[in-house]
Amino acid sequence: MDYIDILISILGSTIRLSIPLIFTALAGLFSERSGIFDIGLEGKMLASAFAAACVAYLTGNAWAGLLAGIATSVALSLVHGFASITNRGNQIVSGVAINFGAAGLTIVLGQAWFGQGGRTPQLTADGRFGEIRFPFAAELRDSGYLGKFYADVISGHNILTYMAFAAVPISWWILYRTRFGLRLRAVGENPGAVDTAGISVSWLRYRAVICAGILCGFSGTYLAIAQSAAFIKDMSAGKGYIALAALIFAKWKPVPVMFACLLFGFLDAFANFMQGKSVPGIGEVPVQIFQALPYVLTCILLAGFIGVAHPPKAGGVPYTKER
Amino acid sequence: MTDQPAIELVGIDKKFGAVHANKNINLTVAKGSIHGIIGENGAGKSTLMSILYGFYQADSGEIRINGKPVNIKDSQTAINAGIGMVHQHFMLVENFTVLENIMLGAEGGALLAKGVASARAELKRLETDYGLDVDPDAVIEELAVGLQQRVEILKAMYRGAEILILDEPTGVLTPSEADHLFKILGVLRDQGKTVILITHKLREIMAITDTVSVMRRGEMVATRKTKETSVEELAELMVGRRVLLRVEKGEASPGDVVLSVRNLTVKDNRGVTMVDNVSFDVRAGEIVGIAGVAGNGQSELLEALSGIRQPSSGEILIDGQPIGRASPARLRELGLAHIPEDRHHMGLVLKFEEYENAVLGYHRDPKYGRGFMLDLDAMQADATEKIEKYDIRPPNPRLKTANFSGGNQQKIVVAREIERDPRILLIGQPTRGVDIGAIEFIHRRIIDMRDQGKALLLVSVELDEIRALSDRILVMFAGHIVGEKTAEAGEQTLGLMMAGIAA
Repeated sequence: MDYIDILISILGSTIRLSIPLIFTALAGLFSERSGIFDIGLEGKMLASAFAAACVAYLTGNAWAGLLAGIATSVALSLVHGFASITNRGNQIVSGVAINFGAAGLTIVLGQAWFGQGGRTPQLTADGRFGEIRFPFAAELRDSGYLGKFYADVISGHNILTYMAFAAVPISWWILYRTRFGLRLRAVGENPGAVDTAGISVSWLRYRAVICAGILCGFSGTYLAIAQSAAFIKDMSAGKGYIALAALIFAKWKPVPVMFACLLFGFLDAFANFMQGKSVPGIGEVPVQIFQALPYVLTCILLAGFIGVAHPPKAGGVPYTKER
Repeated sequence: MTDQPAIELVGIDKKFGAVHANKNINLTVAKGSIHGIIGENGAGKSTLMSILYGFYQADSGEIRINGKPVNIKDSQTAINAGIGMVHQHFMLVENFTVLENIMLGAEGGALLAKGVASARAELKRLETDYGLDVDPDAVIEELAVGLQQRVEILKAMYRGAEILILDEPTGVLTPSEADHLFKILGVLRDQGKTVILITHKLREIMAITDTVSVMRRGEMVATRKTKETSVEELAELMVGRRVLLRVEKGEASPGDVVLSVRNLTVKDNRGVTMVDNVSFDVRAGEIVGIAGVAGNGQSELLEALSGIRQPSSGEILIDGQPIGRASPARLRELGLAHIPEDRHHMGLVLKFEEYENAVLGYHRDPKYGRGFMLDLDAMQADATEKIEKYDIRPPNPRLKTANFSGGNQQKIVVAREIERDPRILLIGQPTRGVDIGAIEFIHRRIIDMRDQGKALLLVSVELDEIRALSDRILVMFAGHIVGEKTAEAGEQTLGLMMAGIAA
């Protein structure tokens, strides 16, 4: 295998591994730009993966699975909203509670309903989002590197993958070109300014967490019924936290979020590729080194080495009117 | 129609739990006038205006705008009724541009593109009509405070406000910025707008308003034509008793130099030089005032003198001995006390009970406990003593500090530092956000300290305060001391020096 073939194969799997990160980080973007910290991304992803797998199995329809995933994730977002917006609770505590709840409930319900140790039954092709082959992909594969790139990196993914990449410019457009986006960014910086402008802070923040719920629903669904063919316990495996790290790494901006997710996805793909291989002169590098890199990079960023990351100023602070 | 008053408040009443913030308030504001509302902190001025702006709902009472009753249930109704408000703490999104801030809440459609063009045109019109010029593409956090305030006014005008409420607008402004603001308010009045000015500064009321209403403890106690009243009458109405507005003090009799500063240079956290090669002396028995617009290095100077910030070069000497890198605790042992500029960030822990704050920083004193343990009884007894002596209200050492009013919080700090009987006292903004009654008291204590032969260094952005208390005035501008004067130098002379124009 020559190096370019290897690179193309790694890039293909980079895309597959980045998709859940992109959806989830964009979810976090909507929530956090409105001033609601969302550490519960992981839990929402997991719960929606479970819901999507169950419904896709029962109906045999992947789209029904997606709807169930979104509905579940939005419901959890509303719980988070109720705790942190309406009742002004601690956003971190609420998010952690969602993570624990989702981790436990998915296994218990999965075992109770399907009796396969927390797994959901294997899906058939109908219950999954299958690969989309672009025209001439097969023909072009052998026509050189460009053709191979087209066939294996650009073509051959499921519909959710393309939706994830579409979600990036759409999120940017909503955030920077619409009234809703202007208000959402404002409420995360100074909710007082929004309130005195005659806009409801609570309703605005609820809409933001609902957006987060929808996007998280996509990522969970992707995990269970696009990337895999069933729900497996703890299948989100910390991706919610990595996405959060990507969000910080990208300084809460949509397009950099995509690149950060692709970078972290690449590190993940590279780690998988390096498993069991030895690096000349060093020997075998433990895969954990690569898995830790996203966090290490984020820490370096936060320490101020790659410019300063300014979180939304009102992030994490419940809004109360001042006298 | 034109004869109808712009605003009529009839029997407005509002309670927050046990606090009766507004008691049966009646107020009439004539159209096309500047109406001042004056009162001490906590008199209920801000609550009343928040009700008018829809931030709170009154428990009872009626609001009439242009003679018509309006039920203002939120800020949106207030805006629709033509009311605009400039808050004391600006309600601006700091990393947004001026244009974005002005459009927020009045975007003119779900997509921004359309609104932007019309907002630019409207801003242009407001600029020519009222002289409110500001670059629409500037980012708020890069603008001076005076300009930020102008953006707030523009926000209200953009929404078509006919009535403009300003809550303590000059607290953050330099004298010249304040003058400029008053000019703008004059233009607004001449164009037929109605302006309500909330303040506790009597001078502003006299300078700009047509009519003035006085509030005290939730009640509207009087309304006067500004021309027919006087500063003395208003002060008495505010406080409910006669107040000495001038500080009575005799001649200073300065003794030996106690504190000296030699070629001191101090940088802030960003590495910017804030105090640049400054030298001066403070003698026993005198008050040296440092005048200057906020942000010209006074804060960093105080921090360096009190041991909180290390100077990058130069020397500080106490009794002729360089203090080197002495810690704040060591400086206290040398007899230096410090009333910090910002009581919330540096002077107090608001979540502590009063008695804990009353000994904070001196808690190592054997009086308050031995070894590992604190003697809570001794601390509380000590706090009670100070409460009595300084008339701190409510007189309860077990109350959470956050529940005291600004003036009483300041008295807690002043009592703690002065009662240690220091030889040197650094005083930063001693009366910021403090009522007239408490100001009188704190000023009296400062003069007493001087008469006892202490060395005092006073930093204040209130030029009146500096002139009233100081025996010598040093004017600071851009990190330099640009000159030394006495209180006899007029306000204008000092103001020019503070602006860096004259030396």
